[in-house]
Amino acid sequence: MSRTLFTFKGGVHPPEHKTESNTQPIHSAPLPRHLVIPLSQHIGNPAKPVVNVGDLVRKGQMIAAADGYISAAVHASSSGTVTAIDMQAVPHISGLHDLCITLETDGRDEWIERTPLDYLAMAPTELRMQLRDMGLAGLGGAVFPSAVKLDPGAAHFCPTLIINGGECEPWITCDDLLMRHHADDILQGVAVMRHLLGSTEILIGIEDNKSEAIAAMQAAATRMDFAVEIVPVPAHYPGGGAKQMIQVLTGKEVPSGKLSTDIGIQVFNVGTAHALARAVHHGEPLISRLVTVTGHVQRPQNFEVLIGTPMRTLITLAGERDGTTGVLMGGPMMGVPMPSLDVPVVKATNCVLVKSAELFPPLPRAMPCIRCTRCADACPAELQPQELFRFAKAGDFGRAQEYHLFDCIECGCCSYVCPSHIPLVDYYRYAKSEIWAREKEKRASDLARERHEFRQFRIEREKKEKAEKLAAKAHAARAHAAQEQTPRTEPGAGEGAASSEADARKALIAAAIARAQAKKAEVAPKNTDNVSPATQREIEEIEARRAKIRELARKPLESEEKP
Amino acid sequence: MLAALLVMVGIAVVIGLVLGWSAIRLKVEGNPLAEKIDAILPQTQCGQCGFPGCRPYAEAIAKGEADINQCPPGGEEGMKKLADLLGVDPKPLDESHGAPKPKSVAFIDEQTCIGCTLCIQACPVDAIVGAAKQMHTIVAAECTGCELCVPPCPVDCISMVPIAEDLPHWKWKHPVIMMKRVA
Repeated sequence: MSRTLFTFKGGVHPPEHKTESNTQPIHSAPLPRHLVIPLSQHIGNPAKPVVNVGDLVRKGQMIAAADGYISAAVHASSSGTVTAIDMQAVPHISGLHDLCITLETDGRDEWIERTPLDYLAMAPTELRMQLRDMGLAGLGGAVFPSAVKLDPGAAHFCPTLIINGGECEPWITCDDLLMRHHADDILQGVAVMRHLLGSTEILIGIEDNKSEAIAAMQAAATRMDFAVEIVPVPAHYPGGGAKQMIQVLTGKEVPSGKLSTDIGIQVFNVGTAHALARAVHHGEPLISRLVTVTGHVQRPQNFEVLIGTPMRTLITLAGERDGTTGVLMGGPMMGVPMPSLDVPVVKATNCVLVKSAELFPPLPRAMPCIRCTRCADACPAELQPQELFRFAKAGDFGRAQEYHLFDCIECGCCSYVCPSHIPLVDYYRYAKSEIWAREKEKRASDLARERHEFRQFRIEREKKEKAEKLAAKAHAARAHAAQEQTPRTEPGAGEGAASSEADARKALIAAAIARAQAKKAEVAPKNTDNVSPATQREIEEIEARRAKIRELARKPLESEEKP
Repeated sequence: MLAALLVMVGIAVVIGLVLGWSAIRLKVEGNPLAEKIDAILPQTQCGQCGFPGCRPYAEAIAKGEADINQCPPGGEEGMKKLADLLGVDPKPLDESHGAPKPKSVAFIDEQTCIGCTLCIQACPVDAIVGAAKQMHTIVAAECTGCELCVPPCPVDCISMVPIAEDLPHWKWKHPVIMMKRVA
């Protein structure tokens, strides 16, 4: 069991604040009157609604279907009536609204028929599609559709499977509690992942500040019929980041701009493994998750929460206190401030952190960067945050990209150590979203250029075709006139001149016909050249048949014509 | 002396031949500078610059016949990029060619549309679908917001709708640093 562990560069040790919430048991949050379920809770295309306003739905019923490969379905978290499909506030820093389905719950909490999946007997593709339709997405925070991650791709197998129980972010304890109380379920989910990915080595990394979780997982691992290694790793922020976890456990570094699967490693959060087990063994889609409610509340604890429950309900349950200065979704390092408390819990909500002036004193005013490079020492991605900051601030996004801006995991270590209190991560997020917006604009302008050029070409072509048609018409008219003229020409004087003129015209027409035929031959399909003898024979047979049909078609006409 | 002269003349002739040959064989098709300028222009194809599209404007700039500040959709930023590329001083946008506007797409009021196809003929990127006496509609994803379809409409049923900020289009804002206040 003694595994050589590696370390990653940088990182910080913020105060943990885990004991506030992990000493309490898990409680189920009561069923709220209204559930507001956003359709875009995952990365990729938003789900498409498949119910109408007024429909009665049951718990676990699909209310919006996955749209495309990188997408996941959305389900009713409880039974009730669909009262609205409209734009509502969602847990996003911008405070913008997004398409949501609102359910008025009927209190009966009636399930749909749940059928466990016999995953060993199913084709992997079919199983993945089922998981996509059960709304599975990564519960570690990135909410990437799990069905896509469970596709080993062209390599057909992924030798190393890492289950991430790091939970390095301060205050959050939902994964800790999940491992303590649902260790068996997690490992059931791991078995399904192992089956789909064909992994031979399974490592579960848990930070060593969660001794109870490690013990529970180790006990559960002995009950499994495959080898699982539970590896306690040193608690060191951001050790729970996927790339950092890979580095600590295997010593391998994910190359810049590549995915972990490129080096044969796939990483899932423990919550995802648990949700996968519920889906496969119990037929339950992803409709609830564990959420830590902590910070400035009377009773910090973890709740089992239905997706769509308003955050306000959870804060009231945990005991709201005076002096609240705001709410973060996620932890203090990477969490995003919520625009209001009425936003619902979504698949990505691992923590609702209530802020107060004592716990989270407002940051002092940012001072200019003094280029002390403490941020570079703290950066776990081994970047140069001070340079990235300089470029992002100046709008020099090209240089920022050259300095590997997109390897930044936005862990917040740089901002944490910055003696000038510069909100560095905000600059990186700004630069990233500007770069994405520009790429989008570039694609749009390329499309416009292509369409405009094609239009020009089409107009030219139409003009040319029209001119050709007119010319052909004029030719035909002249030829017609010439033909009519010829018999009428009186024999005698001027006959020679007239006939020579007609001859010239005829020659012109003949030339035109020849040209047209040459052109026709040019555009005629060329796929009859260079064919195999068998195909040639087939072509000849078909041609013979065609000739026969033509012959047959002509005969009755002739017979009709004949008296 | 004569030998040296001959050698120099010989070298000159050889180099001249190589240069002459490469001038013919390695000739660059089109104007590479116009290509680069065209890549910076926003491809709105609106004609506000006074040229019938972005490409002709790019060619005019490349030939030095047009200024770099005639493209309102490209805005300040586009003008700066052009200035960078051409190594000239940035200058404020020429007001006579119009002012930059928020990015919009055309919208056809389908109740009013009479199906005259005039807007279809005006659209530089074929982003309007419809047929004679059939209702027309805009393919919003392909509309560049050039407004060329607005004047030809005989019933004024086309309006320009600014693109509202929604979640897929949302961007992180530049953080505001509060520097220490003096006094």
